[in-house]
Amino acid sequence: MTTTAIHPTIVRLGLRSVFGRRRGILLFILPLVLIGLAVLVRVLVGADDLAAERTLDRLGLAVIVPLIALLATTGLLAPEIDDGSISYLLAKPISRYTIVISKLAVATCCVLLFAAIPMLLAGLVLMFDDPAFALGFALGSLVGGTAYCALFSLFSVMTRHAVVVGLIYLLVWEGLLGGLLDGVRWLSITRWARAIVEPIADVTLAGDLSTVYAIVATVVVIVGGTWLTGRRLRAFNLTGDE
Amino acid sequence: MSTLQLDHVSRWYRNVVAVNDVSMNIGPGVTGLLGPNGAGKTTLIAMMSGFLAPSTGTVTLDGEPLWRNEQVYRKIGLVPEREALFDYLTGRQFVVANAELHGLPDPGAAAQSSIALVEMSDAQDRVISTYSKGMRQRIKMASSLVHQPSVLLLDEPFNGMDPRQRIHLMTLLRNMGAEGRTVLFSSHILEEVEQVARQIEVVVSGRHAASGDFGAIRRLMTDRPNRFVLRTADDRKMASVLLGDPSVRGARLRSDGGIEVEASDFGRFSEILPRLAREHGIRLHEVTPTDESLESVFAYLVSA
Repeated sequence: MTTTAIHPTIVRLGLRSVFGRRRGILLFILPLVLIGLAVLVRVLVGADDLAAERTLDRLGLAVIVPLIALLATTGLLAPEIDDGSISYLLAKPISRYTIVISKLAVATCCVLLFAAIPMLLAGLVLMFDDPAFALGFALGSLVGGTAYCALFSLFSVMTRHAVVVGLIYLLVWEGLLGGLLDGVRWLSITRWARAIVEPIADVTLAGDLSTVYAIVATVVVIVGGTWLTGRRLRAFNLTGDE
Repeated sequence: MSTLQLDHVSRWYRNVVAVNDVSMNIGPGVTGLLGPNGAGKTTLIAMMSGFLAPSTGTVTLDGEPLWRNEQVYRKIGLVPEREALFDYLTGRQFVVANAELHGLPDPGAAAQSSIALVEMSDAQDRVISTYSKGMRQRIKMASSLVHQPSVLLLDEPFNGMDPRQRIHLMTLLRNMGAEGRTVLFSSHILEEVEQVARQIEVVVSGRHAASGDFGAIRRLMTDRPNRFVLRTADDRKMASVLLGDPSVRGARLRSDGGIEVEASDFGRFSEILPRLAREHGIRLHEVTPTDESLESVFAYLVSA
């Protein structure tokens, strides 16, 4: 029936699903925290390179971006899978990949609106004279956030506790182990996002991780996550796996 | 005209067998899938609607496999048992969205006619979260009928409906069956099934226990041994009198008073009991059938 990759009805329902739930409020609060903190740093420290970099990196890329991706993606898929209402989408002659791509399109829009654009604004607040700095972080947020969305969508179809698993992943893998073990950088979405920010913003965040590797790894996660999610959805069990 | 075919289908979850070697053909008309709770009805419907792979055997619709074949949903309308819907939408928005997802040329018109069919036009602009159980059931029906499917699968559709809604849905299903659609619904209530279904498939403990029109199923049930508890003025004498009649297979005195009787011929037993009591001057205080529950009927069908 529908051969396009994105189905407008699924996008419309997805938007209603994300913003129709209470957790949608968090999508507005998190970027406000980021911009508010950027304003505070600017007022207290002035136009300082290091302060600006640390604010956008450690709060923006490491916390706000993955949380926005987690909230948006799990709000789109997990509740419908949990309560079974996903069957109304799946009992249609539509490719499962169209369903996943449409939902990811909504999640990516959320990342753009609530992570990338606020990063751009926060970057401009912190370093108004250096728009490339803000643009670099905004682009890194968008690319990293999209990869997170693909990963969290896979979590959503693999477990009923996608939010918890996503949070554990962020805290343990990206946060704890990423800080302790240097080798984790090769498998860390936030590190890849940093490597993408570096050449545009002219900062040093990711050490010896090359931007080319980061781009390739990010694309692999986005394409692989989407494909695996669609594959898993094709074999969706209405009665559960118990 | 579509036919669902199950060929030696089994489904197990780890070491629990939910459906055990079931073969059946579901053709045009209304078919009732009857069985007690936990009999495997939902598992069967999930397999018939392509939402569960059989562990062994095949499930096909007009020869096409259902599992991992989203194109079959052009022909299938599914009304799941679970109540969850897109609660933040109005009934109309929900049905229109279903029509759009089917790629219908005029989703608005298709939704309107489907909503009218289930008599939900008055409430269509209300948000689904405000709907009663029966209204949810009807809007689910409307969404599954919006693309005029040749096969309609309903899992426990009468649950939560008031008598008027129940009669309306029964009429709707009968009409759809008369139009040549293949309609299958599950229920654990025999009376519900026999009012609507021409054909009844009985499932118990994952097994296909019986199949036929409701007359055949009824006969299987009424011809089975019936158990009663009698309380009389002289239980011992009554028991010995009853054992002398061929319609009685067994009689046992209960420790707390009364007699447990197993009758092999229900018709004859109901006739001779008052006559024998009168002839022998024994007053009957109480006659209670003890195995009228559906489970015992099914248990009998399985062992038959």
